[in-house]
Amino acid sequence: MLNQYETVFIITPVLSDPQMKETVQKFKNLITDNGGEIVHEEEWGLRKLAYPIQKKTTGFYALIEFKASPDFISKLETEYRRDERIIRFLTVKLNKYAIEYNRKKREKNTIPTNKE
Amino acid sequence: MSQSDSEIRYLTPPAFEIKKKKYCRFKKNGIKYIDYKDPNFLKKFLNEQGKILPRRITGTSLKYQRQLATAVKRARHLALLPFVTDLLK
Repeated sequence: MLNQYETVFIITPVLSDPQMKETVQKFKNLITDNGGEIVHEEEWGLRKLAYPIQKKTTGFYALIEFKASPDFISKLETEYRRDERIIRFLTVKLNKYAIEYNRKKREKNTIPTNKE
Repeated sequence: MSQSDSEIRYLTPPAFEIKKKKYCRFKKNGIKYIDYKDPNFLKKFLNEQGKILPRRITGTSLKYQRQLATAVKRARHLALLPFVTDLLK
């Protein structure tokens, strides 16, 4: 049974831009290769961290919302730990309210708010 | 009521007068999911040091206070919110 998950991870800022894109692409491929299905993908880009992580004060945030089987998550997380470019990650299972909230937020962004 | 007040000068207004009914913001606005990804909303429930405000101050119900606590802890883990700071607001 495919559950819906949401994973956010922070990439070290020292990398060049194509390397960052490549890291995000690597995890997207990892999900799709293992029978996962990406629902939504977002990049918040370089953001200031609230506290320094590994002596760095900024980080490249990326978010992936996907459907996957439960046993895939441990594989994903060991991949996060193995990859030294990722300095922080968090995977969360979404319940029905969370899925509803994300869907509504996406719709709000896509519909151009035109002020009559 | 106000005449008798005007004669008696209170340094601070007695507590029973300024007590306003607390309500749970999440139940009232019908918020079903507290998102850990937007720190500005979560900051309303933190004090200056970045600590989570207790229910007796914010008036949130137990169910949403727990969801709020996990959301704040997740945001702290992702460095969206600081663990401890001096001037958050």
